[in-house]
Amino acid sequence: MIPSVFEYHKATSIADAIAKLRDNEDAKLLAGGHSLLPMMKLRFAETPYLVDINGIEELKGIRIDGDTITIGAMTTESELINSDILQQYCPLLVDAAKLVADPQVRNKGTIGGDVAHGDPGNDHPAVMLALDAQLVIHGPNGERTIPANGFFLGTYWTALEEHEILVAIKVPALKPGTGHGYSKLKRKTGDYAVAGAPVVVEMDGDIVRDIRIGLTNVAPMAIRAEAAEDLIRGKRVDEALLKVVEKAVIAVCDPAVDLRGDEEYKSHMAAIMARRSIIQAIANAKG
Amino acid sequence: MAKQAVSFTLNGKTVDVLVEPRELLIHTLRENLNHTGAHIGCETSHCGVCTVDVDGQSVKSCTLLTVQAAGSDVKSVEGLASADGLHVIQQAFVDEHGLQCGFCTPGMLMRAYRFLQENPNPSDEEIRWGMSGNLCRCTGYQNIIEAVKTAAKNLQQA
Amino acid sequence: MDKVADKQKREDSLNGVGCSRKRKEDARFIQGKGNYTDDIKMPGMLFADMVRSPYAHARIISINKEKALALPGVHAVITAADLKPLNLHWMPTLAGDVQAVLADEKVHFQYQEVALVVADDRYIAADAIDLVEVEYEELPVLIDPHKAMTDDAPILREDLVGKMEGAHSTRKHNNHIFNWQAGEKESTDRVFDSADVTVSQDMVYHRVHPCPLETCGCVASMDKINGKLTVYLTSQAPHVVRTVVSMLSGIPESNVRIVSPDIGGGFGNKVGIYPGYVASIVASIVLGVPVKWVEDRMENISTTAFARDYHMRGELAADSNGIIKGLRVNVLADHGAFDSCADPSKFPAGFMHICTGSYDIPVAHLNVDGVYTNKAPGGVSYRCSFRVTEAVYVIERTMDVLAQKLGIDKAEIRRRNFVKKEQFPYKTCLGFELDSGDYHTALEKVLDAVDYKGLRREQEEKRAKGELMGIGLVTFTEVVGAGPSKSCDILGVGMFDSAEIRIHPTGSAMARMGTITQGQGHQTTYAQIIATELGISSDEISIEEGDTDTAPYGLGTYGSRSTPVGGAATAVAARKIKAKAKKIAAHLLEVSEDDLEWEVDRFKVKGVPGQEKTMKDIAWAAYNNVPEGMEPGLEAVDYYDPPNFTFPFGAYLCVVDIDKHTGVTDIRRFYALDDCGTRINPMIIEGQIHGGLTEGYAVAMGQEMPFDEQGNLLGNTLMDYFLPTFVETPKWETDYTVTPSPHHPIGAKGVAESPHVGSIPTFTSAIVDAFAHLDVTHMDMPHNAFRVWKQVKALGLLD
Repeated sequence: MIPSVFEYHKATSIADAIAKLRDNEDAKLLAGGHSLLPMMKLRFAETPYLVDINGIEELKGIRIDGDTITIGAMTTESELINSDILQQYCPLLVDAAKLVADPQVRNKGTIGGDVAHGDPGNDHPAVMLALDAQLVIHGPNGERTIPANGFFLGTYWTALEEHEILVAIKVPALKPGTGHGYSKLKRKTGDYAVAGAPVVVEMDGDIVRDIRIGLTNVAPMAIRAEAAEDLIRGKRVDEALLKVVEKAVIAVCDPAVDLRGDEEYKSHMAAIMARRSIIQAIANAKG
Repeated sequence: MAKQAVSFTLNGKTVDVLVEPRELLIHTLRENLNHTGAHIGCETSHCGVCTVDVDGQSVKSCTLLTVQAAGSDVKSVEGLASADGLHVIQQAFVDEHGLQCGFCTPGMLMRAYRFLQENPNPSDEEIRWGMSGNLCRCTGYQNIIEAVKTAAKNLQQA
Repeated sequence: MDKVADKQKREDSLNGVGCSRKRKEDARFIQGKGNYTDDIKMPGMLFADMVRSPYAHARIISINKEKALALPGVHAVITAADLKPLNLHWMPTLAGDVQAVLADEKVHFQYQEVALVVADDRYIAADAIDLVEVEYEELPVLIDPHKAMTDDAPILREDLVGKMEGAHSTRKHNNHIFNWQAGEKESTDRVFDSADVTVSQDMVYHRVHPCPLETCGCVASMDKINGKLTVYLTSQAPHVVRTVVSMLSGIPESNVRIVSPDIGGGFGNKVGIYPGYVASIVASIVLGVPVKWVEDRMENISTTAFARDYHMRGELAADSNGIIKGLRVNVLADHGAFDSCADPSKFPAGFMHICTGSYDIPVAHLNVDGVYTNKAPGGVSYRCSFRVTEAVYVIERTMDVLAQKLGIDKAEIRRRNFVKKEQFPYKTCLGFELDSGDYHTALEKVLDAVDYKGLRREQEEKRAKGELMGIGLVTFTEVVGAGPSKSCDILGVGMFDSAEIRIHPTGSAMARMGTITQGQGHQTTYAQIIATELGISSDEISIEEGDTDTAPYGLGTYGSRSTPVGGAATAVAARKIKAKAKKIAAHLLEVSEDDLEWEVDRFKVKGVPGQEKTMKDIAWAAYNNVPEGMEPGLEAVDYYDPPNFTFPFGAYLCVVDIDKHTGVTDIRRFYALDDCGTRINPMIIEGQIHGGLTEGYAVAMGQEMPFDEQGNLLGNTLMDYFLPTFVETPKWETDYTVTPSPHHPIGAKGVAESPHVGSIPTFTSAIVDAFAHLDVTHMDMPHNAFRVWKQVKALGLLD
């Protein structure tokens, strides 16, 4: 219930936060704190030096420039849900945020924390893959922007280099003919997904011109069901195709066995969530 | 690390405490400031009995360091009633039998208080979703939903 | 005003029995002014925290306290070695066994208490427990109760080796605790051998935990100057704790004060005396200052009294019309490493012998064997009424299996076998005397309310389309109100209960009972009973419980015993006062007692309008104008030894729709009809039912306590342990009938355990019913999506 001792420092800017990480061994960032503090209270995580990045203005805010939306990493789940810009131009993010945890946790949990933490149970990584998002990163060696696809490398392992901080996420604004779907199976409110599947489609009439299927919590990190996508791209989706797609989704899953289920169940649930999201996405692409 | 001086507003009054950085707001409220309304029910941020209102948002005070609350406006259940009597929400919980053992009640009230500002005229389903961060073992939630609806109605009439 | 209207107005203003009056205790809870154990602060108070074993079965090689003691702010590190000279390293349990207070040379379950650290504040205590160095040597672990009595089973209780006479029976094996039987084996076996039809169903009532939102804890304060020990603690039975603490510590009971303050949910979790309490009391006695110990959630789930873990076989013998000829039940009970079950001492399997249920069964035999395993101790808790949850589960499930085998509708087979209204009071073949009941009316009311026939038609249609819809039905009879002291005792103290009522000169009253509320609303309901008996408004009656210095001796609140026993004591004490009041009234009115009649709140002289004295008038007179030879004052005490248990009953029906692709079950409808006899406060009853149904839903649909091969308890935080939120919890429909108990002074039976007892088999019944057309007769709980999906897959329903 009680964390071990640490020093606490508020960072005044992104550069200051990076410097503090660099200059203090085993320093950790405090964002929303609703992944880190529970782990510290159970003493599964410890740090001698906590860097609070709440209050850094450049990490907040949602803005749209043309067809790109830029979301500050410290944007909370509640702010995602209440954002007019996202509701209109990236409703997939809104739908996903609504199913994260509970209202109090959503008031504090941030999209940046959810993306960068590396927990395979976090919901936003797969959404980033489905949106083909870009991640803006600052570090001691400068700034870089990299695609989300390829950022998630394993459990608690991302492409973030030492002392780097995720500062913003760029997602495309919804274009006409684009649809989204989101399905998440969970045991109860506040639980991680048994399986989650965010899907984005671009339609040409009844043909799926392009599709991206993200999968949550059925592998050591968020993944794209690329083989399943290949089966759908350029085709009209019918029941027969969906059955084949389900098998392809099952084939890429490598879930951990836990009280939520065994490998067979979780893989099959990933397939069912993907199916439901695909159907949803195609339906709302038509407007 | 030496203790830090932290100042914030609690139910409209400024408070000054001296805390280790690791001290949780729930402990500061209950121990230093003798506001034992908010309770502790778990250590994994699930149960919600520690819920208070910080800068206009419902927050689980067991998952906030007191140092993070510096300069904040904190409201707890002790601040709901006024010199004129119980808050509309408190009366609604009594009238609709929205409590039994009372342990979850302060957190429920503080969440309901904020929820009704976010959604002044909620449906049953919206109440279930909006209060889903607060657990109760005694009531089965049904009468709490009635209490929130009654409070919503009475707040709109006020 | 018209006489009838006036009488009604006076009755209404009493807010007595039958009135859904608002609760008096709410005032403090809604303002955050409850007084729970962790709210209590005393000058100089220290904080205790527990070092616990990571292993399920291990020898303790060494404990090194040095680093912990060196941490500034640490006052003591207490181990079994420190308790040994006081003979407190082990303590007796409520079930005739002994339990380690702090692990003595070996640990028997994961998270078992090894050392108590006492420090200036809880932060230092948390740091200190990490600094206590314990060296363990792991031993082979026994997790499966079915393997407990094999020849090569590990020896768990070295303290019991060679002691083959247990507290309840001879022990067959060192891991055997007891054998307990009820009924007649030979005649039952003969019935089974010759019956037209027999069915047999194995089923597991899995291990779960009551998990109230407030965990267990205490503040122990030894006042060395006055020689008085005060302990505030989360206890559902404070007087029992006082007696036990006195016996263990040697401090006379007159110098021990136990206070149960406000309790944040009990549900049977807070009956036992836990090692944390005992170790904290010792710490306070040794250090001479108050010591607070409050466990956290993982400690609560992992080490305090779990519930159930009964591995059962239910068998029914019947004729071809489904009329039951005999019942056989066999149980293997996993009690964990120590038998600390909070049962009345003569009943190591609680009231499992209520397993004849609502049915007229001529002969039956029940056999229960309890065994030790490397798990935390417990078994009786979580609104079980002493194993009544298990008993109702086995009979209701087996009835369904019999119905299915014979192709008889589940409601119909129950109708054919119910004890009939005319048969009450009814002696069951296993030794209970059911006080009253009307099972047929309850069942018909439910079936009408939900249009049962329509639901069955809908089910047919859905089955034709390959959809899974299920209808569950349970008609339970419960036994509560423990109990007659000739059969029921806790550590030798008979299970009576008590009430003491005192009327003040200006007409208001105070009363104290030996029970203790944990949310059931006693401050309100007891006042309502007194209000109706004595004609004083319940607004003017203050109720106190929980302080053993002032409350009369009682056995506490669990197993829905407060209304049947405490409520009876209250009514009888009130009637003693009324008898004295009548004498005073006669004296004031200068008539004989025979000339008086009671109406709502006053004695009136028969046939002489205007000649009357209210209870208020009488109260004043009691202090200054009593008849010659009568002592002043107006108060009474009653210690009520109930002549029998009470038997609430109900009929529950549940409709489910199962998504076969995910295994997720939607509880479409749940209709709960309860009969608890006289209804004191309908609003409070309804609240209790909602709560009990929600707990039942959690047990049936998701709660579990899985152990791996090494005895590690998986899922002991609220991440995994299923406590439903607003979102998951179904909407409940409640209904009632009223069949008073003939032996209870106000006909009330008690109600709060019924919804938990009755709902759990209803959910199982519904889910199994969804697959019944595919010859599925039973599925074990929890019915989470994963397990239900596996059933769907096994039946080949996913193409």
